[in-house]
This record gives sequence, structure tokens and C-alpha cells, in this order.
Amino acid sequence: MQHLLSTADLTRDDALLILDTAAELAQISDRPMKKLPTLRGRTVVNLFYEDSTRTRISFEAAAKRLSADVINFSAKGSSVSKGESLKDTALTLQAMGADAVVIRHAASGAPHRLAHSGWIESTVINAGDGTHEHPTQALLDAYTLRKHLRDGDGDLAGARITIVGDVLHSRVARSNVLLLNTLGAHVTLCAPPTLLPVGVEEWPCAVSYALDQAIADADAVMMLRVQLERMNASFFPSAHEYSRRYGLDAQRMSTLPTHTIVMHPGPMNRGMEIAADVADSKRSVIVEQVSNGVSVRMAVMYLLLGGAESGIGGN
Amino acid sequence: MSDTADLRAVLEPADVARALSRIAHEIDERTKGADDIVLLGIPTRGVALAQRVAQRLAEIQAHAIPVGSLDITMYRDDLRLKKARALLPTEIPAGGIDDKTVILVDDVLFSGRTVRAALDALGDIGRPRMVQLAVLVDRGHRELPIRADYVGKNLPTSLRESVRVQLIEHDGEDGVYVGTAGA
Repeated sequence: MQHLLSTADLTRDDALLILDTAAELAQISDRPMKKLPTLRGRTVVNLFYEDSTRTRISFEAAAKRLSADVINFSAKGSSVSKGESLKDTALTLQAMGADAVVIRHAASGAPHRLAHSGWIESTVINAGDGTHEHPTQALLDAYTLRKHLRDGDGDLAGARITIVGDVLHSRVARSNVLLLNTLGAHVTLCAPPTLLPVGVEEWPCAVSYALDQAIADADAVMMLRVQLERMNASFFPSAHEYSRRYGLDAQRMSTLPTHTIVMHPGPMNRGMEIAADVADSKRSVIVEQVSNGVSVRMAVMYLLLGGAESGIGGN
Repeated sequence: MSDTADLRAVLEPADVARALSRIAHEIDERTKGADDIVLLGIPTRGVALAQRVAQRLAEIQAHAIPVGSLDITMYRDDLRLKKARALLPTEIPAGGIDDKTVILVDDVLFSGRTVRAALDALGDIGRPRMVQLAVLVDRGHRELPIRADYVGKNLPTSLRESVRVQLIEHDGEDGVYVGTAGA
């Protein structure tokens, strides 16, 4: 497997290899010399057509810790704003000798197009495409879940994960449902009917409209951001009503089992899907998710780029 | 064991035990009973060997010897020549390696490239006072200016031959075998 485009492409063994590799690489973050020579001389391009803080910084930190050269490209302030197509941008990156392209794009399928068009020979890593997938986010969520629920070992068999909120616009939800299912977890999606995508009944998960029931026996609750920037219609009557019915506040959190952790892929709308005191509580692993993201992305880049051929798949 | 049928045993289980005991005594003698020793095994079989040497050394010196493992995968010079490999565990003892006498432990010393990678890996983790090398078997054919401080057995081989080390922890029994590569 040369590219990482979707968590649907990962077998259980592939996913565990990435998580185990990330666990070894996490040690690097704790030592004074946070660098490995592994990708010396390789060039990684961060090709971001959409705004991002943590994903772009996380990929950049991961690539630099593996000693790769990193070129950051954001659509704003580039030739894209003059109308350059994805193809012409790709040909430019190919001419510059990019070994990997980390792409975020508003159009679902853009990474797949880039990987299979023949425009470039680089490895393509999907860093979020439209409302489709965000595989490295799902991998870092699985890593965080495994660390808290399974002492960092094995898969997530039997774990109960509830994903709450704007599933319709969420690439994180789709990637997570597919990956967590592969790892043996039971996933429940909880959202108002207007914020669930068409065909969700085909996904390998349960669906609920009632938050209090959906989180009653959950081992982890993952709150999704309400993506107001992608909303071109009214999906719920008011922010207040959404927050009351689908937001996680301190009162609701107190009903959770004592071991249950609270996750959020960021960026958060504090006061909307998650209350500020919940986000900052001891159960929240939101900041830890960010640091785990660097280890997981290091693992993905090492396995895809480190050897003569990819270490993922083909087993 | 059937898969060792065409191999010639050069060290029997008792020989392996004696070699490791001698290495422990030599470490004690050469380091003059120093209390700053850290043993780091190179996965996979080096780790089990390091633990056994540490146990023997602890009996001689009557105090516990810190022992850990050091994976060198990310520092290999042939990383780009093969499929990306899974990483093996690196466990540095709690006291770290700064200003310690680090003794690297591996099963077979051959080209020296593994040890070169291990030295690079150590340099990123800390600054030991001294680094030494202990191996169960030195089979020669060095490609780098590297030598071992403690050797269980010097085993002159030809490049056509393969050396296999078996340990109870991994293979069910101890032994060192020489065979013809590809046989």
C-alpha cells in the first residue's frame, strides 16, 4: 500500500502495526533529542487547500522529527488563488521531487485523484478530504483509546465508543467508524436525524438520536465539532437547542461511568457541542490526542516512506 | 530439532552458559566493580542475552544491574534497501545512560553495521561515559572499524556460512550452529 487514503484500506494487522510503531516512536517525544535520521533527504510537501492548525503542524512536526525536509503549501497566497488546477500544482510538486504529499482538500476524493491520476509518483497521505475521510485522525483516536482502555496493547475488541454530533459533515466520524470497527469496537453514532448522512444504516455501527441513552454505558465519548462553515441550511432550530440536546455539559458528564474518557478532534466550539468545564476536566483527553497525533503520523510516514517499499499492507 | 539437522553445533547449552558467565566476570574485572554499568541488548536475541549477563553480574557484584533494550531499526544504513520494518522495543532503564558505562549486547558480531547503528542511536539518547560491546559470537568479516570488548566465542567462518544463535527465551533451547547459507 503506497498511499494512506482511507481507513477502509487498513486491515486489523495494518492498523495494529501503525499503532505499535507509534507507541515506540512516542518515546522520542520524551527525550531531549527529538529526532531520528530515518527520512533524511526525503521531501514531504504539506499541500493544504483548507485551513488547519493542528493537523498541518502535527504532520510538519512528525516529518521533521524523522529528519525529512518539509515544504508547506497553503492555497492562500499561492498560485491556486490565481486559478491553478490541482493537476498543475501536482505536476509542479512532481518536478520538485516530492517523496510524499500530505493533502487536505475541500473536495471529497481529491487525495484519491492525486494518488491515482498518474500526475505524481509520490506517496499521498490524506489529511482530510471534504466530508469523506481523515484517516490519521482516526488512527490517533484509536491510539488514544487503546492507551486508556487497553493499556496500549492489542485491539479494541468489545470497547463501546459513542460518536456524537455533526456526523453529516464529519470526515473524522467516517474514518473512525471504519477503523474502530476493524479493531473490534462497538461504535454508536448519536446525532439529530438532520445531521446524519444518507446511507448511514449501511455503516458498521449503531445509530441513536437520544444522547443520554447512547452514552450511558460508553467507554469513550467522542464529541464532533458542529461544522457551521459547511452548513448551507438549517439543520437544527438553534444553537441553544442543539447544545441542550446534543451537547456534553458537566451534568451529563457526571452520568458517565467513572472510567469513560471524553474526546474531541478539535477545533472545539466551547459551549456548543462541549462545555468548557468538560473540555478542561480530568476525563478529557483532548490535549493528549494532539500529542498522540505526532507519534501516529511519524509511524505512518516511517512505514510508507522509510523502506524500499511500504510496510503497510501486502502481508 | 529438525530445522537444525543440517547445521553443525559449535556451542552446546552448557557452553553458552559458561560463555555468558565468563563475560559477566570479565565485565566485573575490566570495569573494576564499577557501579554505573547499564546493559543494553540489541533486539531480538541481544535483549535476552543482556538480561542473562545482568543477572550473573548482579550475583557477582551483589547489587541489581540496570538492563534494557535498544532498537536500531531507524538507524540502519540498509533501511532504504528493504521493505519498511516493524520497530522493536527500546527500553532505557530509569536511571538513563548519561555518564554511565553502557555495555551493548548482541548475539552475533558480523559486519559491524548493527553496532555502528547502535552507537548512533545511543548518541541521540544521551552521553554515556563509556560504551563497550559484548557478543556471544564473533564470526569475523568486519566491514567497519569496530571490535568487541567481550566475546563468548570467536568463530572463524566463511562468508558462505550462516551462523544461527538459539536461546531458550526465543527458540526453546540454547545453542550456536553453523550451516551453509541457503542449505
